[in-house]
Order: sequence, then structure tokens, then C-alpha cells
Amino acid sequence: MTQDPAAHRPSPPASFGRGVGSAPGDSAAGGRGAPAPAIRVRGLLKRFGDIEAVRGIDFDVHSGETFGFLGPNGAGKTSTINMLCTLSRPTAGGAQVAGHDVLTERDDVRRHIGLVFQDPTLDGYLTAEQNLRLHAELYGIERDAVALRMRQVLEMVGLWERRATRVNTFSGGMKRRLEIARGFLHSPRVLFLDEPTIGLDPQTRHSIWRYIRELKRAEGITIFLTTHYMDEAEYCQRIAIMDHGEIIVLDSPQALKASVGRDRVQIETDDDEAAIAELRRQFGIEATVAEGRVTFGVPEGAQFVPRLFSKLGAPIRSVSVARPSLDDVFMSYTGTTIRDAEASSADRLRPFARVMGAR
Amino acid sequence: MTPAERLAGAPIQTPPAPPPPPSAPAAAALPIARVHVPPRSWRGDARAIKIVWRREMIRFGQDRLRIVTSLVQPFLFVLGTGLSRIASAGTHGVNLRTFVYPGVLCMAVMFTAMFSAASLVWDREFGFLREMMVAPVRRGSLVVGKCLGGATVAGAQGAIVIALAGLVDVPYDPGLIAAVFALQLLLAFSVTAFGVMAAARVSQMQSFMALMQMVIMPMFFLAGSLFPVSGLPRWLEILNRIDPLTYAVDPMRRIVFSHLHIAPAARQALDPGVTWWGWRVPTLVEAGVVAGLGALMLMVAIAAFSRGE
Repeated sequence: MTQDPAAHRPSPPASFGRGVGSAPGDSAAGGRGAPAPAIRVRGLLKRFGDIEAVRGIDFDVHSGETFGFLGPNGAGKTSTINMLCTLSRPTAGGAQVAGHDVLTERDDVRRHIGLVFQDPTLDGYLTAEQNLRLHAELYGIERDAVALRMRQVLEMVGLWERRATRVNTFSGGMKRRLEIARGFLHSPRVLFLDEPTIGLDPQTRHSIWRYIRELKRAEGITIFLTTHYMDEAEYCQRIAIMDHGEIIVLDSPQALKASVGRDRVQIETDDDEAAIAELRRQFGIEATVAEGRVTFGVPEGAQFVPRLFSKLGAPIRSVSVARPSLDDVFMSYTGTTIRDAEASSADRLRPFARVMGAR
Repeated sequence: MTPAERLAGAPIQTPPAPPPPPSAPAAAALPIARVHVPPRSWRGDARAIKIVWRREMIRFGQDRLRIVTSLVQPFLFVLGTGLSRIASAGTHGVNLRTFVYPGVLCMAVMFTAMFSAASLVWDREFGFLREMMVAPVRRGSLVVGKCLGGATVAGAQGAIVIALAGLVDVPYDPGLIAAVFALQLLLAFSVTAFGVMAAARVSQMQSFMALMQMVIMPMFFLAGSLFPVSGLPRWLEILNRIDPLTYAVDPMRRIVFSHLHIAPAARQALDPGVTWWGWRVPTLVEAGVVAGLGALMLMVAIAAFSRGE
């Protein structure tokens, strides 16, 4: 379980920015080659008074993976993150992050993780650069390396030009970008992002995802994020759907969608009745008319359409194939859409999560 | 490098022109300058203390309004001027302003220290406290850094009041200035520690401010800032001896009066000194009371923040 700490020690400061970059495989060897998972969670449970916010969950996050925690607000995502990053103690169960126990080796966990919280945690009276400098000092980063590293992360998020500006004057998107830069400043092995794109415009959301991908490529960093945007969960290698404090299902987005099964195919024809009869005869498919079009489900829609054209006698005016979305996945596992789930559980759990998170 | 040297380090500013990044185009191949976070160490804690302290300095330097108010506050002396006519009968010819000078100094220091501690409540409200709480350093270093920062700001405030000593007929004597400065610095640290201790528990700014008012005002009035501490009614004497501020005001007054040329009778009446069951408490013991209480509250604050999840 425990990894050799020496394996993660970087080369001496003299080689920063030179030797390491030229050998991409080398930079990843520290974290990824090791068999230990980046995060290992066993029976993790958190209770606030009578309410079980997290009900004994188990999962592993592989090293170098982008892992998404998907669920409505109040599902227990933030409570889980708080326990994983040692901000709150589990009521029961435990977890290891970057090979260290969150209960007994808290400092070692903290050294190896970066955090971007849902609510901003910047000092608005300091400049972007001062915020980063403060972070570097708190994390004890070698002084020689700080300036270069700071420049690098600020350039990555496009804030290098604004480094001497006070954070108070930044827009919400700029602040979030700066927080990501800061969370990443000390080269963490695991980066926790709690709703990294909440409340941001689509353009900023897009660029934040670009940074996340760059981080992964450049440093082989493990990314653990929570989101309740279904479309963003698609970027993750694996996602866990959480609802009412439990993990309902955990798999890759593709597998999850495949588990829902059928793609939705809709065709427009001149004679719907004939087309439906033909479908039944040729393919044994029961189709109905929905939204004015002949609608039916098949396992692999894209592969079915060519066969449809070659075999169906009736002329087709248009065809559309819809893959199942994660919304469909969420719906099929929880019996409700994520928006409806939010409406019912948000009022129940959110205040507790906030109170506990405040400390 | 000693901690003291590090504390005196250069201010946060633009770092010395960073070397240009490797020539590779930034977007195509991000140059990797991996850094390493060392295990927790005393050295790391010293750096944490220093940076938390330095943040207080930066923020104080930026807060123009606070600087202005801190400069204006000492003109509480005006009050002394007005009262001196009313009270001249009982002062044995000593200017009332001179008499209340130690109290005013302590008051100014206390308010500034409390406001510094209050920033911790804001830090929690604006989330910045979390950034500090998840850092791989002892929570105690954060608390110590905050207390030192508050003490420095409040000490600067006290220095302004000390600089105005001449206006109230307190002589500019190096020994006097050094002793009063040291005492007010001690007080500044202790009061900040008290404020930080309270901020660990109180999470709302309104509550915190109300608490401060509730504490500072009685402390100021009971400490003998405005009256000599002998011949008091029994109940007032007990409250006076309980008030920690008494042990900051009394030694300051003793030092000030020892540099005035006044009749022994006047000295006896105005500066009788604090007694415990008839024993006159020496200056060092009084300073020890202030320091001891400060250390105690610092420890409580550290414990509260270390435990608080």
C-alpha cells in the first residue's frame, strides 16, 4: 500500500523546466506506475445529527484517472470530498488518498492534494500573485522553484498579465481559474474539484475543461471532481452516480449509457402506418408515432440506420439517432431526473453541508 | 536562517524577474516545473507563521480607512482636555491628560488588536480560512501568525500614541519609551490572542463585534484608566483586580509617574499601585499576568483551531 516516498521526489531544482519536460514518460512514472489507487474509500460514512449525508460508500479511483462524482445537490458529494481532503472526520469507515490515510496521516494527505472548492477561498484584498505566493509558502515549496512554477500556472489559466491585479476586481470566471491555478501550484498528485464550473458561462466552462485536460497530460495528475452537469460528466473516464448519500452505480460514461441500452431512432416518412408495419415485418421492431415521427429503440442506432435504408421499402424523408444521455442513465437508476432530485433533496441536506463546511 | 531573519524578509512583491519559460510553445507542450511539498517540519511552520503575518501587514497597508482611523483615534485626548477643568481639584496639579494617558494608550491598542482578530471572522465568512486550514502545516502556526500580525498592527498603533506623549506632558525619556512600548506590545499580543480565541467560536461578525464591545468597555473602565486604584469601594476594588487590563495600565502609569517631577503626596494619591491583600504587585509580576493570560488564550485558540474540523 505505502509507496516509496522517494519515487515522488522531483529532481533537484537545477533541472526544473529542462530535463523533466523532455522525458514525458518519466514525469508520470511517479504516480501512475504504482499499483496503489490514488483514492481508496471503504465504508465511508458521515452523519450530521440524524441525517446520514454519506452512507458507507466504497470506491477506488485509479492513479491518473479523471473521476467524476455525479449527483444532485445534497447527494453527499461535498461531504465526501471534505472527508477525503481531511476537512472533516468520517463518522465511520475510512479512506486513503495518495497512499495516505485521511485519519492518521492527515498532513501527508494534505501535501499531496490540491483543492478547488465550490465556494471561493481567495483573499480578495491580495493580488493574484500574492494569493499564489501565500499558497506556496503555506505548502513549503522550494523558494527557487516558486517563481517559475507560479508563472507557469498563471500562464496556463491566462492570468499572467493580470498577476498584479487585486482579486476583488476579477470576474467569477477569472477567480475560478485562479483557484484552479492555485490548487495545482504545489504539483499535487490528486486534484479535487468541487463543482469547478458551477455558475460559469459556457466559454469559461470550456476553458476550465481544457486546463483539466492539460493538467492530466502534463503531470499525470489524478482528478476527482463533483458536478451536477451531465454534459461535463462525459469528460470523465469513470463516473459514480450518487444520490441520497449512496453510490448507485459506478462505471465509464459509455458503459453507463450502454447499460441503459437502446438508442432512440426517429424517422419521418410519407406513410407512417406503412413504415410501422414494415418495421415489424422486417426487423421485428415495435414502433410508435411520437412527436409526429416514427420512433423506436434499438441497441446500436448508428449501425442500424444503413440496414434500415436498404430494407425498408417506404421512402424516408429524414432520420435522427439519439444516443442515451447521462440524463437517461440517471433517470434509469434513480427513477427521477437530476433536476427533480435536486428540488427534493436540496432543502434537506444543503444547510448541513454548508454549516459543516464552514469550519 | 533564524526565524527572526525570515520574519524580516522582503515583502511580497513581484518575484525577481522569473527566467523565461523554455522556448517550447506554451500551448503545445506545457513545460513541466514540478515542485515538491516537503513533509511537515518546524521550518515549514516558521514559513507559515511568517506568511500569515505578512498577509496581515499587506492587508493593513492597503486599508487606507483603517490607517486614517488609527491615526485619529489617539485624539481621544481631547476628552481629557475637556475633563481636566472639572477634575482639576483632585489631580494635585497633575494634568488629567497625563493621568489618563496610559489608559488611552491601552484602549487604542486594544481596539486595533481586536479588529485584527476580527479579520479571522471575515476570513471564515469569505472562505479564505479553508485555504489556510487545508495547508499541510500545524494549525497552531496559523494562529501564532495571526496573533503576531495583530500584535504588530496594534503595536504600530501604540507607537503612534507613544509618539504623541509630549502633548500630554509625558517626557520623551528613552527608558520610559522602551518600557511603555514593550508593555503595550505585550498587551497587543494578549488582546489579539483573546480575539482569535473568540473568533474560533464566534462565526458571525455582528456577534463578534457585540462581544468585543461587551468586553472592551468594562475592561477599560474597570482597569483604573480614569481613576486611581486605591481607596475604591470594595466591589469595585475586586472587579478592578480581576480586570486583566489593570495589569497593563498600572505598570505604564508607574513608569510615567516615575519620570514626572511631582510631590510625593500627589504620587501617592494618583499612582498608589495595585495591591493584592496589601502587597504591592511589582511591575514584572504585572507584566507576567498580562503575558500569562495571553499565552493561555493563545493555547486555547490553538487547541480550538486544531480541533475544529
